[in-house]
Amino acid sequence: MKDIVRATIAIVVICALLFYANFQLNETTGRAGNDTISVYNWGEYIDPELIAEFEEETGITVVYETFDSNEAMMTKIEQGGTSYDVAIPSEYAIEKMKENKLLIPIDHSKIPNLQNIDPYFLDLPFDPGNEYSIPYFWGTVGIAFNPALLEDNLTFESWEDLWDASLNQEVILVDGAREVMGVGLNTLGYSLNTNDEAQLYEATEKLKTLSPNIKAIIGDEIVETMRRGEAAVALVWSGQAADIMYVNEDIDFAVPIEGSNLWFDNMIIPKTAANVEGAHKFINFMLDPEIAARNADYVGYSTPNEKAIELMDPEVTGDERFYPTEEMRERLEVYQNLGVETLGLYNELFLEFKMDAQ
Amino acid sequence: MQSSSKRTYYLIPYLAWMLLFVIAPIILVVYFSLFDLHGNFSFVNYQNFFTSVYLKLTLSSFWYALLITGFTLLIAYPTAYWLTKTKHKHLWLLLIIIPSWINLLLKTYAFIGIFGVFGPINAFLGMFGIDQQQILYTDFSFIFVSVYIFIPFMILPIFNSLDKMNPTLIDASRDLGASTWTTFTKVIFPLTINGVKSGIQAVFIPSLSLFMITRLIAGNKVITLGTAIEQQFLVTQNWGMGSTIAVFLILFMVIIMMLTGQKDKGVLLNGQNK
Repeated sequence: MKDIVRATIAIVVICALLFYANFQLNETTGRAGNDTISVYNWGEYIDPELIAEFEEETGITVVYETFDSNEAMMTKIEQGGTSYDVAIPSEYAIEKMKENKLLIPIDHSKIPNLQNIDPYFLDLPFDPGNEYSIPYFWGTVGIAFNPALLEDNLTFESWEDLWDASLNQEVILVDGAREVMGVGLNTLGYSLNTNDEAQLYEATEKLKTLSPNIKAIIGDEIVETMRRGEAAVALVWSGQAADIMYVNEDIDFAVPIEGSNLWFDNMIIPKTAANVEGAHKFINFMLDPEIAARNADYVGYSTPNEKAIELMDPEVTGDERFYPTEEMRERLEVYQNLGVETLGLYNELFLEFKMDAQ
Repeated sequence: MQSSSKRTYYLIPYLAWMLLFVIAPIILVVYFSLFDLHGNFSFVNYQNFFTSVYLKLTLSSFWYALLITGFTLLIAYPTAYWLTKTKHKHLWLLLIIIPSWINLLLKTYAFIGIFGVFGPINAFLGMFGIDQQQILYTDFSFIFVSVYIFIPFMILPIFNSLDKMNPTLIDASRDLGASTWTTFTKVIFPLTINGVKSGIQAVFIPSLSLFMITRLIAGNKVITLGTAIEQQFLVTQNWGMGSTIAVFLILFMVIIMMLTGQKDKGVLLNGQNK
């Protein structure tokens, strides 16, 4: 017992000393100053080198944290506690945050690089005039598949291909209620933003018939699983597909013809921000053509930055699977904020589907 | 008189702790469960709980928790028994406990690799000409990993009660002509039942609310009450419904505690307290 107490005290003392030394070191290099910003982003969604470069260029220290769903991010910002200066939610979350007065308007005069953005991605219905948000990346939801592991010659031009009998226990779905319910809705030709209960129940029944083909419903682990060739088919966001294909070139990606989701992730400044000035600097930095191009190369999602696209490999930016033409985007649908009640129903039905997936 | 007031004084930290971290949170959970999505007072969440989705969910949670506890007990009891017979029993016990110091998520991630189609288990099966098996994302992998994680928590209380048992009782039983099996069922097991009960509490209750393993190992094909609570809070943001499920989880725990409650008899009366 005495030994344990001694050991514990020793560890605490050593930690305190190291902590103090670290603080001193930071002090001398002038890094622990007040100029800090907290960035709250999706996992695997930025080139870490760029953060270091930003710190070097501006002298602002970046505290970087990640989340794995819009809802988790909103809950944390709503709670206060941590003073995030920049966060990167999707469009329907921005709509909701605006409604709940969680955002600070962005001063466009401090973001000169905004001119680099393709006008298609500006002034969208979820934030007219880009009062609160600046585009970061955009993409779609589709199917990544490994032709080498498929028995039939499936192309996934239609969502119906997921139901093919040869795919028994081969399909992985992303663990998102709207994405998975969307598969059911799209297959039946309904809108992704429907709040018609009958349509939602019908979509759930349709999804339940997919159960025998389901291998798992997971999150970011999909990327590794597909890379290793452990599953043949996965419902993913376009950037995840790009990530998978970067390592395993056998894999292909398709956005089915019935339609799918088109999404935009945008940088915002939450109400909790402590360093609004620094937040603007960070947003402007990320819009620099060269920086945005490198970030897009690293992350694999599609950049809305016109000037950056000019700098990138035309083979990448000309790939219509990841940069669908405006005409192709017509078939896609942007999520709308459905309100708690309908969102609750989506989740309840998704839970029902998961329980059926055994 | 003085000593009794001193005793009350010593109780203060304990009472404050209980009030702040046990009683207050439970009251808050119950309070939140009484509000619907729009913040109006109602019992709608409780009505919701008694729909087929949540009842099925509760049943399946209980079924998996039962399986996990059963298998854990089946492995832990003999292990604890042999441990008490070994020479360096405390060293062996330590070796069994050490893995429980490693973070649960790390261990879970390790199993993703081990059970993978190209993982070591499939490679081993391949040596005997067995085709690649899908091990990950099955009921088997879920129960296996959960049992692995809970084993130390079951072994510890059983080991303690076995260790405290007076070994001469076994000799007496044998002298009186009881077979090995009778000795076990009539002497050893009844004397260690309290250890088994604590073990069951330590395993059954947490397995009702497992949630990361259900996603990482079972691929969300097993849904427990814990998964549902997580989803209600983080995704749907329906705190009322999340709290309601939590209230039922607390109720189930109380029932289990009552069923496996300990009566202080047996070990101390019959065995010698070392």
